[in-house]
This record gives sequence, structure tokens and C-alpha cells, in this order.
Amino acid sequence: MIELQALTKRYGSKTAVDHLSFSVRPGVVTGFLGPNGAGKSTTMRMILGLDNPTSGDVTIDGKHYAQLSDPFTYIGALLDAKAMHGGRSAYNHLLCLAQANRIPRARVDEVLETVGLTAVAKQRSKGFSLGMGQRLGIAGALLGDPKILMFDEPVNGLDPEGIHWIRNLMKSLAAQGRTVFVSSHLMSEMALTAEHLIVIGRGQLLADTSMADFIEQNSRSYVRVRTPQPEQLKDALAVAGLTPVEVEDGSLELQDADTAKIGELAAANQLVLHELSPQRASLEEAFMRLTAESVEYHAGVPSEAGQPAGQQPEGPSAPAWGAAWQEQQDKKQKKGKS
Amino acid sequence: MAAPSAVLQSEWTKVRSVRSTVWTLVAALGATVVISGLLCLLTNVQWKNIDEGGRATFDPTTTSLSGLILGQLALIVFGVLVISSEYSTGMIRTSLAAVPQRGTFYAAKVAVTGVLALVVGMSTSFLSFFIGQALLGSHNTSISDTGVLRAVFGGGVYMTLMVLFAVGVATILRSPMLSLGILMPFFFLISPILAAVPGAKIVARYFPDRAGSKIMQVVAVDDGRPYGPWTGLLIMAAWVAAALIGGYVSLKRRDA
Repeated sequence: MIELQALTKRYGSKTAVDHLSFSVRPGVVTGFLGPNGAGKSTTMRMILGLDNPTSGDVTIDGKHYAQLSDPFTYIGALLDAKAMHGGRSAYNHLLCLAQANRIPRARVDEVLETVGLTAVAKQRSKGFSLGMGQRLGIAGALLGDPKILMFDEPVNGLDPEGIHWIRNLMKSLAAQGRTVFVSSHLMSEMALTAEHLIVIGRGQLLADTSMADFIEQNSRSYVRVRTPQPEQLKDALAVAGLTPVEVEDGSLELQDADTAKIGELAAANQLVLHELSPQRASLEEAFMRLTAESVEYHAGVPSEAGQPAGQQPEGPSAPAWGAAWQEQQDKKQKKGKS
Repeated sequence: MAAPSAVLQSEWTKVRSVRSTVWTLVAALGATVVISGLLCLLTNVQWKNIDEGGRATFDPTTTSLSGLILGQLALIVFGVLVISSEYSTGMIRTSLAAVPQRGTFYAAKVAVTGVLALVVGMSTSFLSFFIGQALLGSHNTSISDTGVLRAVFGGGVYMTLMVLFAVGVATILRSPMLSLGILMPFFFLISPILAAVPGAKIVARYFPDRAGSKIMQVVAVDDGRPYGPWTGLLIMAAWVAAALIGGYVSLKRRDA
């Protein structure tokens, strides 16, 4: 169990992590979600005692990280894929970590096998691809057979095969009863793997909820109607006991309504409809709405933050993130042309 | 608490598993022995051209260790890389996650580096001495003469201290380029130049290399250094202690 109590980290006048309190419970995959710059990595570094908190406290099973004897046997972490000396072979990299934590040498071969790096064990990690480096980092996290695993953006920059591999690995680790704490800025990724969700933005806690609750609360469905006669339609809807919400572009949105019923209502009142469509807000949208105000760098977020355009319907109210993303796309296109 | 022996083992694996360890140490030994040997050979061949004064103050031991001026640069690279490569590669975060007791981590690294430097330093010093004496022909000295063993042994200690000084400085500075950019010119240029400048030399004689190298002198010459060989080595050791403590404080306080 990882517990944070009012954990705070300031760099000069900038607050990276702001009175963060939550706990990561054992036996489930907990997703740690937030836009880039939200303070996820800083939080994880403080959990490992790499960065000192400005104030507040973080403990693992009631102890500070530095108080753990042979910490890798309690908690294994992958912070960034390239936190290793490129001149050292994969085997020796793992061996020096194993020795420091009194883990038997045979375990090095085991984890190399687990991550599929046995064939390149004697090669220097300098020549490894990002995916291989990521696997080696994960091998290091698994070395001590720890009860708690922590991964910082493990799928970042990986190809689909690598993403698939890591997703399955996390699920199997959790199935073995381990605590898995994984950060991401992709809601869609979390929806596939996490059971519990912690969302932060600008270093502050925005949500601490089970994934099921989050989906129930946030994946609302609604019907979008566009008409040149909005006033008449509103009156007609009011008679039927429905109150639409008017959206900026002039269309009307109706929560949990039935398209057939609205179509019939319009026909009965002889109203022209330009659009009548069922909509479903995606989890990604819900996440964006949650974090919209706390996005740190609107135009500066790396492209992974945005989803390919086709993957999500235009949300009813996610202007901040959407605008930022749009800006980026424009920039990228300009860059590509020049 | 991490077991000190386990951390020592881990640090030994680290230092032996990167190529820079081998090439810096081989370069240190090679450069020292070759340059010392050449100088001894040259002295032997040119002996008749050396004047009386030169012959009177001729120190066969110092001459056979003179290649250290270059060899020590390779040792500085070794000492700097041992710690700064942890920072430049990002390995430090993995290392400190494995051994969160930073004092233990640092002590183990310093110990492993120091022992390795001592072994290489002693080998270099003795090898350089014996090859040099063989090449000096009739102008040589013997290891059993007064002060000679102290000087050769001291040469090995000097090299070890130089490595540890580099470790301490690099722990404070973290960046390999910055550390090398300060240490190399300092020991290769600034210190020797200041030692020859009137006024500045009063200060320069207390620099770590100037003080420490006194131990390698056998024939007494008036070089203005107001301390004996062992005191000189102690002054150097004080510099090393300061650098290592500075490194410890920096490592302990700063975020990794």
C-alpha cells in the first residue's frame, strides 16, 4: 500500500505537486492519470525517495522508501526507459541491481527470459530500441519479485505490439495479486487496464474513484438535434417533458433521450430537422473535461496527448483541450510542409 | 538498510562492466610507464650534456615517475566517469532506487573506486620505477636506498588520491563535461603555470597535486615547498577529504 499525505513539491515558485493525498491499494491496477506536466513523474520520484518532498509525506507499507531493506523486493519501478548506463550489457545492468538488493543471480536470467531479452543479454543496452530499453527497465522492476509495481508511462513511444505486451503484463501482474500503479496521459489506455483511477491536474487531486464509477458517471449518452426552428422545437419538447440544452453551435442536446421519439415529435409539429443523432461522450472526453482547466501547457503538450481525430466524436464541451490539440495539429502540418 | 557488502558487490559489478574503466586505467598505466621510460632513456643518453648543477640535483626516482603528469589525467577521467556517467545516463535514478541509503551508496562507490585506483596506482608506480631505473643505466638508484621506497609507494598513493579527488568533484558537479573541463586544465595547465609564477606560487604550492607530489621526491632540492613528503601527502589528503565530503553533502541533499 502506497500512501501519500499532503505531498507537495515546489520548484522555486512553481508548484509541481500540490497537497496530494491518496492511497494505492493492493491487488488492483491503479491508473494514475493526468495531462503532461501534471506532476505524475514528480510524484513517482518522491515515492521512490529520489526527490525530497517540500512538505507532506509518502510511505510504502508505513515506511519511507529509504527505510526499506532491499527495496526492490517490496516495490519495483520503471521510471524512464533509459535510466541505465548504455555501455553496460543488459545482463550486467540487472546483475548490479540484483546484487545491491541481495537477489540471487539466477533471478537475472529469469527476468531476462520473462521480458524476452535473453538473446541480447550480453549486448550493451546502448544499441537497444526504445521497446527493448523499456523491457529491460521492466525486467529491473520485476527482479525482486515485488508486491508493488510502479510504471511511469510504460507505453509511451512503443509500437502496437509493445503496447499489447505491456498491457497483458500489467494485467497478469495484477491477477497474481500484486499492486500495480501505472501512470498515463491516455484515458483510453487506462480504461483497458486499470480498475481504480486517480486523476491529477496541476499537481492537485481531481478524482480518486473506481473505474466502474468513473465510467458510469462520465460516459453519458445524449441526442443531438439541429433545426432551423429551435424555439418551436423547444416548446414542443417542453410539452413532452424534455428540457434540451442549447450548445454554442446552435444545436440542442438532450440527455438520455430517444431519437425515435424526438423524430416523431418533430414530425407531429411539422418541424424541419437538420440533424438528429445519438451521441456518446467517450471516457477520453470525460477526462479532458475533468482536466481541461488544469492543462499545463496548452500548445506545448507532446502529440501523444491528442487522439487521432477519427477516434472520438466532437464532445459537447471540451473546448480547452480540443483547441490546444487543434493548434498542435496545425503546427505539425506546417512543420511537415516546411 | 542495504547490506554494505551487497552494495560493494554491486558497485564492483558496475565498475568492471563498462569499457571506460578499462581504457582509462590502461591509459593511465601506459602513459605513465612509457613517458617515464622515455625520459629515463633520454637522460641516460644525454648524461654528458647535463651540467654539474643538474647532475647534483638529479633525482632518478622522480624522473622514473615523471610520466605521472600525463598519466594522472587518465586517472582523473576514470574518477570523473565513475560517478558522472551515473548522472549523464540517468542510471543514478535506478541506482538510488536500488540503494536509497545514499551514504551507503556513495561510500561503496568511493571504496570500490579507491581500491581499484590503489591497485592500478601501485602497479603503475612500481612498474614505472623499475623500468625507468633499468633505462637509466649507471645513473639509477635502488629501491632499497633511503627514501626511494617511500617515494614509489607514495606515487601509488598520490594516484589513488587523485582519483578520489576527481570522484568528489564530479559528485558535486554531476556533469562529466563540466568536471573534466575544470579538472583537466587545472592539473595540466593552471597548477603547473601558477607554480612558476612569482607570488602565485606561494598559493600554488598548496594545490593538491603540488603538495601530493612532494612524496615522490628523494633528492632534496629547494623548491620552496615548506613541508616534508608526508605532510605534503596529508595536505593532498585534506583536499580529497573536502571534495568527498562536498560530494556527499551534494548527493544527500539534492534531488536525483
